[in-house]
Amino acid sequence: MSTSSRDVAVGTELPPLELEKINRATLALFAGGSGDHNPIHIDIDNARSAGYDDVFAQGMLSMAYLGRLITNWVPQERVREYGVRFTAITPLFAQPTCTGTVVSLATVDGEQRATIELLVTLADGTVTLRGDAVVALD
Amino acid sequence: MIDKKHIGMDLGTMTVDVERGRLRFFAKAIGQTDPVYTDLDAAQAAGHPDLPVPPTFFFSLELESRDGFGYLETMGVDLRQLLHGEQRFTYHRVAHAGERLTLHTRITDITSKKGGAMELITRATTVTDENGELVAESRGLMVVRNPEVSA
Repeated sequence: MSTSSRDVAVGTELPPLELEKINRATLALFAGGSGDHNPIHIDIDNARSAGYDDVFAQGMLSMAYLGRLITNWVPQERVREYGVRFTAITPLFAQPTCTGTVVSLATVDGEQRATIELLVTLADGTVTLRGDAVVALD
Repeated sequence: MIDKKHIGMDLGTMTVDVERGRLRFFAKAIGQTDPVYTDLDAAQAAGHPDLPVPPTFFFSLELESRDGFGYLETMGVDLRQLLHGEQRFTYHRVAHAGERLTLHTRITDITSKKGGAMELITRATTVTDENGELVAESRGLMVVRNPEVSA
């Protein structure tokens, strides 16, 4: 898929990234892989002591999934800025889908840049992350 | 309530070595299928000197560089009541395995909402390379729930 500035317009959608269902192994692996050892995501006793029914996913796991959506679309050296707001907890067994839409184009520092609006949505429609990224085209 | 005296707290400067094995483990943990992030040949074919540091991995380096969430414990935060509110990165260039990066983190703001039922901690980190050049900036908002405070 081309990301040349000729082929990208406001409204262009990135190819969505559908993830597997999140299970306890996903969370344990991400705790180790990311270095976020907060037990709330891997120890049900810890989660229950804080009033949760069960463990839930690390927010940064979903941000990393969205990062994959971006770098599937443009090589990483073109990513200038990337931010998210975590809007809901991702429960166990949720199935996230990452989507992105180009919302504006601009020339900055001599390069053509696109701003992408990003979402992570669960199968039940819950939006767990809202974000944006700025990438250079061409 | 978190003492506002912690605004401006300097969490110090830490140097971390970016390791290929760590990047591969991270890639596996996020289900990464793009070989650029795991296979040195694929990375080099794409023009990288070594495996690239993926866009959100700077947060992991932050955790590594300052003893995890130790700074929150210093502020008296119960980790079980912690939620990540926002996270943002600005990139100046791609970093790679084999680099030694220096992270400098400060607490830039502490505010409360809903009559103290939620407290917000803003943290800002700069990532620089061995030449002192800026590689990336990271800004995070941590949310601390105080369930005993009724809004």
